Amino acid sequence: MSAIAVLPPRRLIARTLGTPGAAAGVVILAALVLGAIFAPIFSPFDPNATRVCPRLAAPSLAHWFGCDLFGRDIFSRILYGGRLSLAIGLLTVAISLFAGTLIGMVIAFLGGRADRIGTRLLDVMLGFPPIVLAILIVAVLGVSAFNAALAVGISGIPRFARVVRSATLLLVGREFVESARAMGASQTRILRRHLLPNLMPVIIVLASLDLGTAILSTATLSFLGLGAQPPTAEWGAMLNAGREFMRYAPWTMIFPGLALFLAVMSVNLVGDRLSHILDPRAGGRV
Amino acid sequence: MTMPWFLRRVIEIVPTLFLTWTIVFGVLQLIPGDPVMLALGGTPASDEVIDNERKRLGLDQPLHIQYFDFLRKMAVGDLGNSYQTKQPVGQMIAARVRPSLELALGGLLVGIVLGVVLGLGAGLRPHGWVDTATMSTALIGVSMPSFWIGMLLIYVFGLMLEWVPILGEGIDALILPSITVGLFLAGGLARLIRSAIIETMSQDYIRTARAKGLPNFRIVAKHAMRNAIIPPITLLGVQFAFLIGGAVVTERVFARPGLGALLIDAVLTKDIPLVQGLVVYTTSAYILINLALELLYGVLDPRIRSRRA
Repeated sequence: MSAIAVLPPRRLIARTLGTPGAAAGVVILAALVLGAIFAPIFSPFDPNATRVCPRLAAPSLAHWFGCDLFGRDIFSRILYGGRLSLAIGLLTVAISLFAGTLIGMVIAFLGGRADRIGTRLLDVMLGFPPIVLAILIVAVLGVSAFNAALAVGISGIPRFARVVRSATLLLVGREFVESARAMGASQTRILRRHLLPNLMPVIIVLASLDLGTAILSTATLSFLGLGAQPPTAEWGAMLNAGREFMRYAPWTMIFPGLALFLAVMSVNLVGDRLSHILDPRAGGRV
Repeated sequence: MTMPWFLRRVIEIVPTLFLTWTIVFGVLQLIPGDPVMLALGGTPASDEVIDNERKRLGLDQPLHIQYFDFLRKMAVGDLGNSYQTKQPVGQMIAARVRPSLELALGGLLVGIVLGVVLGLGAGLRPHGWVDTATMSTALIGVSMPSFWIGMLLIYVFGLMLEWVPILGEGIDALILPSITVGLFLAGGLARLIRSAIIETMSQDYIRTARAKGLPNFRIVAKHAMRNAIIPPITLLGVQFAFLIGGAVVTERVFARPGLGALLIDAVLTKDIPLVQGLVVYTTSAYILINLALELLYGVLDPRIRSRRA
């Protein structure tokens, strides 16, 4: 019934790689993910070991991306930073996705007053600039990498809920839902067995389009000093530290930024392509 | 009796404002720790001093009284006093509005010029090389962290070439921050204008205009642009409304003393009244600007007016 059911995984992968942009995205993303997973093997130095090279040393054969203020190897820190940045991005999307899907499905399914009040509240939440909402939540939770993920994740819930609600509304009036109801299926069963599988394409598209933003937003919080704290190797925090030495050691901000940019762009390329395949009407991000 | 539609819209924002303020109040109640201790800034104090401070801040009242007190004060624009500086929050915000507003306007200008030129170029010849280049640039634009763009601009144009100052208050110090904000806006705007133009150019009235032998420039400027303008204006309105509250990241990169920078400081120092005041100001400005925009649509597009009436 859904686009995913029609496409076997192998064809989905083949079609995802179908355009040069998306193929490049997959390759870059794979490189970054492998670099992060196998950071202990690939990285030449301990990311937190200080004085492995002279302070703010320029890129060289021994230290490809140069060194930071404390004489730490920037290349090693970027590999390890990828672990945190990518994991936090995934966690963030998982939070928005889970809570947003639940809220969106339930208010659309219940309809009536629950839907009216729920939609109203979602609209009000969408009136907060996303970064301000995330900062407000950090103010409550306290400053840490995990809390930054939580804050960005929570601030993404209204976006997911809104889209999932509209998608659910299109389904609840359909015959298969009516017949499930007529056969005496419980509400939870209808939600789980009948609505959720049919919402999967929408949810996957939404998640893949949101992952890039999530990685960027959590890195932004770290850059602002509201996420991962020094000496943790995290791209946003590394950029924040590099800001002060831009004049003398631009590599301290060029390479972490490049890593972040490549990660977000490759995720966006793959996400655009996925959304094109799974939901041709949406036609990617507009 | 029917009310004019614009009056109805104006009245409708009251519950929205009220709900927004309620959420801000509710969320800030969750901040761990005793607000009195935060207000005293960690200085050791006797029980008497603490009690007096609690009374002065109205924190000895039950929560629902505090809540109604909060709503009443917000409605008349009394945002309370900062814990850190003891100054009225309203004054602190007012002092920071200008840098943020300048940056919002500068960014908007750069964003509109770039977005319109690229979007039009791409939309008038879809799938041509201008289109491909524009859409690739737009993708790069939305994927680049704006703080990184800002730092690269500082490095290249401020430090290496020394064309523009990177700090200061003059108009030339506004150039790089405006480009940083503008590049971000331009990406989304170009995509939107492109799809709006492609859709509009395939309409019957454009074919009619062509058949009448009107010059191409006139068709685009008078017929297509006018009908493709609403979605881009909506996007710009939303972005501008967000920027009014301070481009948090860009202000930080360029050390501009705007509202976004104030918010970060307020969060880091746990200055609850200041956080509260800033979020109330930002979200209220957002709601009011959206209202103004909606009223503007009625003027720009008579079809919307008649649909609502």
